[in-house]
Amino acid sequence: MHRYDLIIVGAGIIGAAVARECARSGLRVAIVEAGTPGGGITAAGMGHVVVMDDSPAQLALTAFSRGLWREESFPVSVEYASPGTIWIAADEEEMAEVFTKKETYARAGVHSQVLSAPALAALEPNLRAGLAGGLLVPEDGVMYPPAAAAYFLRQAKEWGAEMIAGRAARAGEGSVSLDGGLRLTARFVLLATGMDCALLPAMPLRMRKGHLVITDRYPGFVSHQLVELGYLKSAHKVAGDSVAFNVQPRQTGQLLIGSSRQYGSDTVAINQEILTRMLQRAEHYMPGLGAVSALRIWTGFRAATEDKLPLLGPAEGLSDDPTLWLAVGFEGLGYTHAPGAARLLADRLLGRASAMELEPFLPARLKGSAAGKALHA
Amino acid sequence: MSAANDITHADVLVVGAGPAGLAAATAAARHGCDVHVLDDNLAPGGQIWRASSVAANTQSTQPMSSREKAIAALHASGATLHCATRVFAAPANNVVDVLEQDEHGLRYTYRTLIVATGARELMLPFPGWTLPGVLGAGGLQALVRAGYSVAGKRVAVVGTGPLLIAVAAHLQEAGARVVLLAEQAGLRTMLPLAASMLLRFTKLRQGLHYAARLRGTPVRMGWWPVEAIADRGVLAGVRITNGSETRTIDCDLVATGFHLVPNSELAELLGCALAATPVGRRVLVDTYQRTTRADVFCVGEPTGIAGLDAALLQGEIAGLTAAGQPSTHLHARAAAERAFGKMLDRTFRLRKALRTLAAEDTILCRCEDASFAQVKACAGWTEAKLQTRCGMGPCQGRICGPATRVVFGWEPASVRPPLVPVPLHALISSTSHHEENL
Ligand SMILES: Cc1cc2nc3c(=O)[nH]c(=O)nc-3n(C[C@H](O)[C@H](O)[C@H](O)COP(=O)(O)OP(=O)(O)OC[C@H]3O[C@@H](n4cnc5c(N)ncnc54)[C@H](O)[C@@H]3O)c2cc1C
Ligand SMILES: Cc1cc2nc3c(=O)[nH]c(=O)nc-3n(C[C@H](O)[C@H](O)[C@H](O)COP(=O)(O)OP(=O)(O)OC[C@H]3O[C@@H](n4cnc5c(N)ncnc54)[C@H](O)[C@@H]3O)c2cc1C
Repeated sequence: MHRYDLIIVGAGIIGAAVARECARSGLRVAIVEAGTPGGGITAAGMGHVVVMDDSPAQLALTAFSRGLWREESFPVSVEYASPGTIWIAADEEEMAEVFTKKETYARAGVHSQVLSAPALAALEPNLRAGLAGGLLVPEDGVMYPPAAAAYFLRQAKEWGAEMIAGRAARAGEGSVSLDGGLRLTARFVLLATGMDCALLPAMPLRMRKGHLVITDRYPGFVSHQLVELGYLKSAHKVAGDSVAFNVQPRQTGQLLIGSSRQYGSDTVAINQEILTRMLQRAEHYMPGLGAVSALRIWTGFRAATEDKLPLLGPAEGLSDDPTLWLAVGFEGLGYTHAPGAARLLADRLLGRASAMELEPFLPARLKGSAAGKALHA
Repeated sequence: MSAANDITHADVLVVGAGPAGLAAATAAARHGCDVHVLDDNLAPGGQIWRASSVAANTQSTQPMSSREKAIAALHASGATLHCATRVFAAPANNVVDVLEQDEHGLRYTYRTLIVATGARELMLPFPGWTLPGVLGAGGLQALVRAGYSVAGKRVAVVGTGPLLIAVAAHLQEAGARVVLLAEQAGLRTMLPLAASMLLRFTKLRQGLHYAARLRGTPVRMGWWPVEAIADRGVLAGVRITNGSETRTIDCDLVATGFHLVPNSELAELLGCALAATPVGRRVLVDTYQRTTRADVFCVGEPTGIAGLDAALLQGEIAGLTAAGQPSTHLHARAAAERAFGKMLDRTFRLRKALRTLAAEDTILCRCEDASFAQVKACAGWTEAKLQTRCGMGPCQGRICGPATRVVFGWEPASVRPPLVPVPLHALISSTSHHEENL
């Protein structure tokens, strides 16, 4: 008999959320982490819990997941708050999109509110004049991801999950072998390894680098997460580099400024040209940002799939191993998706009914995908 | 952007106008190099030769100080000095980005870079160290030079290192009553250093000068602070111990410091190899002061704390080498000064008791108010940073990083640009050169 029902490799926000969900559903769970829990991509991103409508499946999973975020009662360390998102329309053409977006959201049961130009200016006086308006999505959240991951992990342990420090050298066939030689067995092995494809090189993931800048404290300078509508175009683009205006108010009063997307760079080094474009974009929307003091600049990698949906469920199609499962490929939405993805995976593992379909996210859909072949050739 | 044309090329670019940087720049410029010196202070001189706005008027009648001589030599050499300029990033090979007057972004390109960024004080957390009235020893000295009056104030100087004696002597000169000089190193540990100083004329002379100033000051070797005490929010005194007994000394100010930490961040950002020290990292150099990065030299305290004479010699060696001149005649003296630095390290090695001074609620990271208890619960620097925000504030772990290294033995923080907080538009203007000019 196996020692565990499920071994999760990776204690980022995804592994931590899945561990908690499965442990509290009664599964015997082990979670293996090579570094600092929450110290991978989870330590690099913005912490925006946001409904996005790039595709129906994305809209369904983000809306479902955001609902789960809102049910949590987090400790203060998680800094969970609902300032809401404002999607900013720069001109009349984008304003037309605002109305379409509102309808799309409404169909998915997501409340939003159209802002006229004066209403937008009243809510965010530091935005430049002359913007057309925006869409306020009041229930979107902001949180501090490493603390959220730590919190999920703490709860997982309280439900009996075991945390094992070490690097998994091999995973599959119902077992995980650690670098030191330790071998663990389980009915299932779930890879929640973020951007690390070493355990299954066939994972069709591409790294999309992003830059972020954190500032000193300016309480009240920004009150909502502000994102230009063009962000969708930027995030949607499969090829090429892009930047978009995306500013987040932290609970500390600091501002977190993004965002950029870039393929083909695998170093953490700052790309001057992208950083410049990103900051020029930010200053273009919010001229006062120029005088704001920047403390640190860093980069992070989003693990992107071809269709920008995560890989959730059995690795079928990418591996012949029936014990191997995946929870990777979250691109820029891994925080948002974490509780929803965890719930759907636990449902499937336990044979429970789910609140929504897992099918659009099954890894098998990307069997033999161009991205997978090109990248891991 | 407005600053897009502000690119200066320097044959030799020196960062830091302390003794090491001044010596380097002067030597290189004398031999025909086009030299530019950048320093973030308003006047050259670094820490030890920090300009005194108070004494400025009286000094004209006195013979030239070594500071004035060094600055005069720099100007005579033809090197160009840029004060109030701070290097904050190294975006590409042979390029640095600079913030001028805390406002404008500028860019410098160089053939050779000489890093002379000096050192900072090591601050260790003990109960009360964040009270108003408890200051870094060097910080208080700088304040006094900038005009802050300590006349008639009772000051306790506590910690370790040669800087304490210098600061105590300076405070006494400025009219303070130094009621205590507590050096954690024991008398016995100090003897080899004292013996070696007897053999070195300049150091002996400086030592005697300080000794004369400090006559009558209560000096305690082998004593260290355990708590700064407040009475209704106002600093009232400092409690010290020698491990077996404890005393309370009444005072108005506490000046504290535990020797120095190399400012190795710029060199690290440039990709130079570093070696770990008990309090941080130092830059690895060869006998010509060359780092492991082609085109980058490092001189003075970032290569290891060794004092003024080492800084001057190392600076000159690097300046000569950058100008293609021989410097071997200086190597033996430089080696002797390095050996002196090693002796300083041994003499002022921190005793174990200093690692456990903090109480549960003692603040460890001042920028982010992270307490000792919070930080202690973490497995290492990364976790502490992610879960307690320790080291995430404006100083980016410059102060609490070395403290956690001493207290917990953690690896120092990684360095990311900007090296100092800079306004966003400086990042934009400096980076926008890239598209246009690089
Ligand atoms: C710039 C940027 C901004 C972002 N902003 C947002 C946002 O605002 N909202 C949002 O929802 N999402 C955002 N994201 C996306 C989000 O950060 C990620 O989707 C999410 O953090 C992924 O978490 P993870 O657990 O999959 O990966 P990770 O956090 O990387 O966790 C994987 C873990 O697995 C471990 N591991 C890997 N291999 C092994 C092995 N062999 N053995 C043991 N351990 C192993 C790693 O050490 C790591 O800790 C952003 C991402 C970036 C880069
Ligand atoms: C706070 C303090 C006080 C001291 N007081 C004394 C004393 O009273 N007596 C004594 O004998 N010794 C003192 N010392 C030690 C003394 O500074 C050294 O022994 C020696 O003079 C070092 O010379 P240096 O040129 O290496 O460094 P420094 O004199 O420290 O010069 C380095 C210079 O580089 C500048 N700099 C650093 N980073 C950047 C950057 N990114 N961009 C631009 N400029 C930069 C600094 O502001 C500084 O002006 C003190 C040290 C410190 C830290």
